[in-house]
Amino acid sequence: MSILVIAEHDQASLKSATLHTITAAQQLGGDVHVLVAGHNAGAAAQAAAAVAGVAKVLHADAPHFAMPTAENIAAMALSMLPGVYSHVLAPATGFGKNILPRVAAKLDVAQVSEITAIVSPDTFVRPIYAGNAFATVQSKDPVKVITVRATAFDAAAATGGSGSVESIAPSADTGHAVVIGQELTKSERPELTSARIVISGGRGLGSAENFKMLEALADKLNAALGASRAAVDAGYVPNDYQVGQTGKIVAPDLYIAIGISGAIQHLAGMKDSKVIVAINKDAEAPIFQIADYGLVGDLFELVPQLTLALS
Amino acid sequence: MKILVPIKRVVDYNVKVRVKPDGSGVDTMNVKMSMNPFDEIAIEEAVRLREKGIATEIVAVTCGVTACQETLRTALALGADRAILVETDVELQPLAVAKLLAAIAAKEQPQLMILGKQAIDDDANQTGQMLAALLDWPQAAFASKVDIAEGGATVKREVDGGLETLQMKLPAIVTTDLRLNEPRYATLPNIMKAKKKPMEITTPATLAVDVTPRLTTIKVVEPPKRKGGGKVADVQELVAKLRNEAKVIA
Repeated sequence: MSILVIAEHDQASLKSATLHTITAAQQLGGDVHVLVAGHNAGAAAQAAAAVAGVAKVLHADAPHFAMPTAENIAAMALSMLPGVYSHVLAPATGFGKNILPRVAAKLDVAQVSEITAIVSPDTFVRPIYAGNAFATVQSKDPVKVITVRATAFDAAAATGGSGSVESIAPSADTGHAVVIGQELTKSERPELTSARIVISGGRGLGSAENFKMLEALADKLNAALGASRAAVDAGYVPNDYQVGQTGKIVAPDLYIAIGISGAIQHLAGMKDSKVIVAINKDAEAPIFQIADYGLVGDLFELVPQLTLALS
Repeated sequence: MKILVPIKRVVDYNVKVRVKPDGSGVDTMNVKMSMNPFDEIAIEEAVRLREKGIATEIVAVTCGVTACQETLRTALALGADRAILVETDVELQPLAVAKLLAAIAAKEQPQLMILGKQAIDDDANQTGQMLAALLDWPQAAFASKVDIAEGGATVKREVDGGLETLQMKLPAIVTTDLRLNEPRYATLPNIMKAKKKPMEITTPATLAVDVTPRLTTIKVVEPPKRKGGGKVADVQELVAKLRNEAKVIA
């Protein structure tokens, strides 16, 4: 039996979370196949075939995969699964979380969400209660349906593989829903979930105007910008900046938390970062308990100083 | 239009959970329980649709132990018209809950079901999508804006890089993201009124649903403790440490 990874891509290239998911798939043992369902996504299919450890890419092309719905990607995966695959994996991103439970329900099997480790091909570790506990769970279902926390697995090498690309017939449009618009945040910065350095701001910034002072620092470090829930709720930055239990999970080499007190829901999204720096005027803020380097003081003085010191 | 709102009773979001010493799970004895925060948002959205004259009836549903009646009373106080409890002591996993809700939907024939996107206990983020699959309805997961008109729904939903807008026919499933709305608080008169609202109790057996868990929990452990608490005196020391000790910046 083989393992199917549903690729998240933008038609031209693979999203980095897909590379991490491929690493998890390799740990299960068995041929790793990657489904690239897209429209004019030949480049993404070639990119998937070049990933180290990928045996075969299954490329399905259809107009309804250009801006796909969960219904259509799930239908595509379901058309390929029976009797062929023991496991189906997708990244635990907005993409994978939207699709995979549909696949599991149609197969009448459980889904194992957001795994952080593989114990054996049927046993996995996953966080519960905002990462305040980790459960080891076993699935006896015939097909294991799994979303993978990208930060818990290394990225597979994007080159060096020699998988084949096979065109397969697309599943029919389910007609359930249509994507009629997308408003994507335009940014020159690295993607939040895959950036090497992340700078996040919290309520301490005080306003959307003040939040902009983090941009100069981010430019110096080529960092992605994130935020606490409080900062997003206050309207300083868009929703997709949120790091935490219900937002994005990040684990960069360096995480700099500025004006963030450190609610457990926020810590759930960033405490696996390699090095954590916290800047906050409240020396008792919980963020300092997990920070490697805490700097107590007024962020409005310290952030410009830090930006200058890095020049 | 009838709206069904499934809700879940969970450990309150302010509680710091503790893993049981025997590793069998987390300790939920004598811990404050509340409605899952995303489900409060789901109730609020349904109430707003009724206030706009779009919804005519709101039915809150939950599955679980007898004590879940309290959570349903909260939903009634927040504006649901009646409630249904599918009572069982079995540990319910998302697939089982989705099947129970599908059975309730078959009886109630709602045009819209609004669920929280995830429960803050198991963090599974599955039930709404599974329910949509079982009913073969369209889904709009992680919604931040819902408009209902002429038998269809237009939903803005949160995706990783921003927002996406979906158009779909009804009946449909919507799951709520954080910023769909800000839920109201229950007022004392509404809490009193909620006590008189109807609550129906049924069971998985009555609904002919097998709720046997599919996943076995082998053990539950605490996360590795992070060694933090280090302090630096000033920006110069911070930059020096990041360069020479942590070696994370050039």
